[in-house]
Amino acid sequence: MTATTKATITTTTTTTATGELLRVSGLRKVYGSSGGATEAVRDLTFATRTGEAVCIVGPSGAGKTTLLRCIAGLLPPTSGEVVLEDRPVAGPPEGMAVVFQDYARSLFPWLTVAQNVELPLREKRVAKGERRRLVAESLEAVGLADVPGSYPWQLSGGMQQRVAIARAVAYEPHILLMDEPFAAVDAQTRADLEDLVRSLWTRLGITLLFVTHDIDEAIYLGQRVLVLSSRPTVILEDVAVDLPDERDQLTTRNDPRFQELRTRVYELVQRAKRGHRPASEVTLS
Amino acid sequence: MTSLTAPAAAPGAARETACEAEPPAARLARYGRRLAVLLGLPAVLAAVWWIVSERAENFFFPPLSDILSAFGPTWFDGRIAADLLPSLGRLAAGYLLAVALGVALGVLIGTWPSLRAFAEPVLEFFRAIPPPVMVPILMLFLGIDTLMKVVVIVSGAVWPVLLNTVEGVRGIDRPLRDTARVYRLRPLTRLRTVVLRGASPQIVTGARQALSIAIVLMVISEMFAANNGLGFSIVQFQRGFALPEMWTGIILLGLVGLALSLIFRAVEATVLAWYRGQRRAQRGGNR
Ligand SMILES: Nc1ncnc2c1ncn2[C@@H]1O[C@H](COP(=O)(O)OP(=O)(O)OP(=O)(O)O)[C@@H](O)[C@H]1O
Ligand SMILES: [Mg+2]
Repeated sequence: MTATTKATITTTTTTTATGELLRVSGLRKVYGSSGGATEAVRDLTFATRTGEAVCIVGPSGAGKTTLLRCIAGLLPPTSGEVVLEDRPVAGPPEGMAVVFQDYARSLFPWLTVAQNVELPLREKRVAKGERRRLVAESLEAVGLADVPGSYPWQLSGGMQQRVAIARAVAYEPHILLMDEPFAAVDAQTRADLEDLVRSLWTRLGITLLFVTHDIDEAIYLGQRVLVLSSRPTVILEDVAVDLPDERDQLTTRNDPRFQELRTRVYELVQRAKRGHRPASEVTLS
Repeated sequence: MTSLTAPAAAPGAARETACEAEPPAARLARYGRRLAVLLGLPAVLAAVWWIVSERAENFFFPPLSDILSAFGPTWFDGRIAADLLPSLGRLAAGYLLAVALGVALGVLIGTWPSLRAFAEPVLEFFRAIPPPVMVPILMLFLGIDTLMKVVVIVSGAVWPVLLNTVEGVRGIDRPLRDTARVYRLRPLTRLRTVVLRGASPQIVTGARQALSIAIVLMVISEMFAANNGLGFSIVQFQRGFALPEMWTGIILLGLVGLALSLIFRAVEATVLAWYRGQRRAQRGGNR
């Protein structure tokens, strides 16, 4: 089933012959401040194919948000490069949506829920009728069909987070970056939203970069899991998730292979927390 | 996804129904209390003034009854059109210009940190000059016409708007700026939907301070040199020892200030409804 999906994707987005959509090479980010410099990201190199789902896990403070901000063109890297669809990223590129970790503060408090979702569509010059449909559908999909006229501050934290997700969904991006997007929702809603992201990914053929603290979630959603080391950050391991693309909350999570992967990633994250560095770097220094 | 709809009842809607459930009699009583609180002190003060001044022999403090009976003849025989309206016109022109100029410059300075570092010392200097001292100087350049008075009002009222706008623009939350950039909002949309709305609480604060400054400068500029206006009339009455008439001018001035501040509050209530709601929610009002 994925073979057909992938075929349609390559025609809809510009890519190289290899099908590479995003390339991060030698990315380094040092935050400079009066109190001294913080090396948040030391050296990250990886690439994603068009339509791939990549999850990123790593200890708190590892620089996951920093990495996403660099990819989104919101933060200039200290050195290294991000290339998206064959163009070096210098500012936010077209066709990208981001769900920020600070979801609540990323909603415009002076706009209603529906207006928040609609604003990016207006700027994309989506026609009015189509805009209405997209707003209604995406709010429906996140279970907020009944509060389009409310303001974000009238909603609970979990509901605000779903508004931010609906805004990204309605935008129909080629590439979707999500930074711990389900942190504030309850377990049941979380499972529903995971399935929403999964179905969106298959339906629209988007490329997904998904940061999470939840190892199960990373394996359930991803085709690959990048495990980051602790700060200064490098890639500890790039774990391929060799599960079938057709996933389901019950069967996938009970799959013995799922359990194996989960143990593997869990051990890696534990090691990262203890300050373990990849062998290549250790021999270098 | 049925499970998602359960927690989705809007707390805002819940609040509104709570208000509607109030019986009409209770609501009337609530409005009555508010009116009593609002008018109580003015009524008491007026009564005290009335009683104390009634038997006073002091020429400079005529009885309130004399003042009130002089009010109609003084103002309603043409002075409204000849003096009050020109004053209000100059006030409106100067004030609106000051707000527009202050917001425009404030957005520019607030957006570019280098421009701010460059302009800040100059701004602080000009702000420190008491606006009335500008009147004689501006008279030299601009004469005593309407233009001079409007410029006086602008030169004093622009600063609070400008400085507050700069703060407001700088204070817009980073996630909001990031969102605007990621979704590639065009510059004009960014200005209207993100910058101006985001800075609106501070802009309104600045505009409120500017309003009282503008009223003061309207009167003062007319007292220096004019051939009509509210300030001009008050000075004329005072020089002609028409004390009750002079007092009516002062009362009228107070009423004008009161009316303008009520209009301002009504505008503020609509422009900043979201801000009040958000503040209330953050203080733990609705969850
Ligand atoms: N604007 C900034 N200025 C200075 N240092 C920063 C800044 N933003 C992040 N850092 C530092 O960079 C490091 C990485 O931060 P980042 O937010 O990217 O981590 P994270 O992996 O997203 O963490 P979490 O999982 O807790 O969200 C941290 O040590 C943080 O203190
Ligand atoms: Mg983070």
